Amino acid sequence: MSRSAAPGFAVALTVLVIGVLIAFTVGRYPIALSDLFSVILGKLSGRPPDVPPIVENVIWQVRGPRVIAAALVGAALAVAGTAFQGLFRNPLVSPDILGASSGAALGAVLGIFFSLGVLAIQSLAFVGGLLAVAAVYLIGSAVRSRDPVLVLVLTGVVIGALLGAGVGLVKYLADPYNQLPAMTFWLLGSLAATTLSDLLPLFGPVAAGTLVLIALRWRMNVMSLPDEEARALGVPTGPLRVVIVAAATLVTSASVATAGIIGWVGLVVPHMARSLVGPDFARLIPAAALLGGGFLLVIDTVARTGAAIEIPLGILTAVVGTPFFIWLLTSVSRTWS
Amino acid sequence: MLNRRTLLGSLGAVLLLPGRARAATVVDSAGRSISVPARVERVFPAGPPAAILLYTLAPDLLIGWPRPNREEECEYMLPDICARPEVGRITGRGNTANLEVVLAFKPDLILDVGAIAPTFVSLASRVQEQTGIPYALLDGRFDAIVPTYRTLGALAHRSAAVESLAQYAEDTMTTIKGRIAGIPAEQRPKVYYARGPRGLETGLAGSINVEIIEFMGVRNVASQRPGGLALVSIEQVLLWNPDVIITIDRDFAAGVRHDPLWNAVNAVRDGRVHLSPKVPFGWVDFPPSVNRLIGLWWLAKIIYPELFPEDLRALTRDFYTRFYHRTPTDVQIEHVLAGRD
Repeated sequence: MSRSAAPGFAVALTVLVIGVLIAFTVGRYPIALSDLFSVILGKLSGRPPDVPPIVENVIWQVRGPRVIAAALVGAALAVAGTAFQGLFRNPLVSPDILGASSGAALGAVLGIFFSLGVLAIQSLAFVGGLLAVAAVYLIGSAVRSRDPVLVLVLTGVVIGALLGAGVGLVKYLADPYNQLPAMTFWLLGSLAATTLSDLLPLFGPVAAGTLVLIALRWRMNVMSLPDEEARALGVPTGPLRVVIVAAATLVTSASVATAGIIGWVGLVVPHMARSLVGPDFARLIPAAALLGGGFLLVIDTVARTGAAIEIPLGILTAVVGTPFFIWLLTSVSRTWS
Repeated sequence: MLNRRTLLGSLGAVLLLPGRARAATVVDSAGRSISVPARVERVFPAGPPAAILLYTLAPDLLIGWPRPNREEECEYMLPDICARPEVGRITGRGNTANLEVVLAFKPDLILDVGAIAPTFVSLASRVQEQTGIPYALLDGRFDAIVPTYRTLGALAHRSAAVESLAQYAEDTMTTIKGRIAGIPAEQRPKVYYARGPRGLETGLAGSINVEIIEFMGVRNVASQRPGGLALVSIEQVLLWNPDVIITIDRDFAAGVRHDPLWNAVNAVRDGRVHLSPKVPFGWVDFPPSVNRLIGLWWLAKIIYPELFPEDLRALTRDFYTRFYHRTPTDVQIEHVLAGRD
């Protein structure tokens, strides 16, 4: 790691650590700091802590899984956003550009429509995201063009709109008393129902996809160049693009399947990370992961403590993300061209 | 003696409004004057609450259902009426019926039961203007069941028949209100209404979903703020620590007993998690119509068991016979009470 990036990483790591600390200490169920420490110490030393069992339950079964899930989902969306922004050489791209979120949304609302269980709904969302991106990729590569990247983005937009219409159709046909509210909640994004058993199906794909992207970090730097230049440097842009899209999609679909649709994180956080550690993907991806995890943790803490009822994550991220995006638009010409 | 002008005038009226002699004017819940034809033989329900309300009073008038009934549901209703076709909905955003289709059914009256908000009042007037068919909007709130029934009786020319249903509703509500009136506030249990497979969707104060729970004079734990349905975190439920949980979700009701987290909640520890019956129509919140009347007895027995010694099986048989026009068998009653689909 070069010296210039160290302060940036320090900032990102601090954000994550502060995020975890705040997230663990505050919540709707009042837990004193001393109780929290004695529970954690008890876990480390193996001695049963001197607190009511419900306090332990809240920490290990409710708040713990949710904190980890928030950090993982935030990191996943930020990493996927970073990869896509680099791949498409466009600062306004977010992880759902190739239809992953729309596909996952259609999968989830179909699951709710057919009254399936939580696990089946999440699996359908995950598969829906993967299938949507696969379809976009196949159609995009079937179109012969001088600018394959542009074709891919346009195909993603079009397929995303079609899937959006599918979501609309399912909502239209859904039972307005039972299914429609469930669909609305899912589409707004939330971690309220996270349990321990959700963590493994989330962690597996996110870790796998992120590791692939980290392994490809040098080639991703080259991919940020125009296609001809990258190929002139001996990088096989076609196959590499498939791998990067697959890894980023895996990461995105897993997080959307767990948390529902959460916009803005994958758009905004890569820019924050870039301003901290620069454009080199070797640093950018880990920094984005740390920062994204911390960012969504803070957002989710507000979502679960702000009111007696949950505030949807998608709404909070939009409130934070919109001003940032506008600022980005005013400065984009300066930084990217 | 007819002069030429009245003759032409009545001829015009006949041409414009074939077969629709205006007989009476009824004021609906929104204060709109509805001219009801002398003969009402076909009524178009604007949504599920209207269809159920009309079915309980005058099943023969019902043109069809907003969505087709399932076979399991038809076992509790008049089979030929239950099998009537799907006609869609024409209110609010869930607008799935085409107005031409509505007209093709040749209804004498369109019946809508639900919220009396400016949105729905203006929609009602627009549809009435467009189709030329009287469109009555009745108050769908649970408290308004009795006046709503009487207005429907006047609209459908069934004022005599409606009395027994209205009387049943009034007696039920008065009896239950009367018995729980003396209970001091601190002895009323805290109730949490759980929806969704994880039980984390709930109804806020004043939402249509918790109307009959609030009618019971209990403390709905989620009632600090008004609204509709909302998502809450399990931490919040643990903090509320409700004494009774009412749910409509079978998966949640089955799983909650073995969930170590939920076991910290009083209601779960004391075995006071209750799954609402739901055939042919839900007993607690959906569709928000008269089907909730029997839910009132069910809730009363759950929340204040010592005050309500009545046999729920007998009450169920009586209610289903009066309102759904078909006496259920003992096996069917068990099936209903178990909360099965």
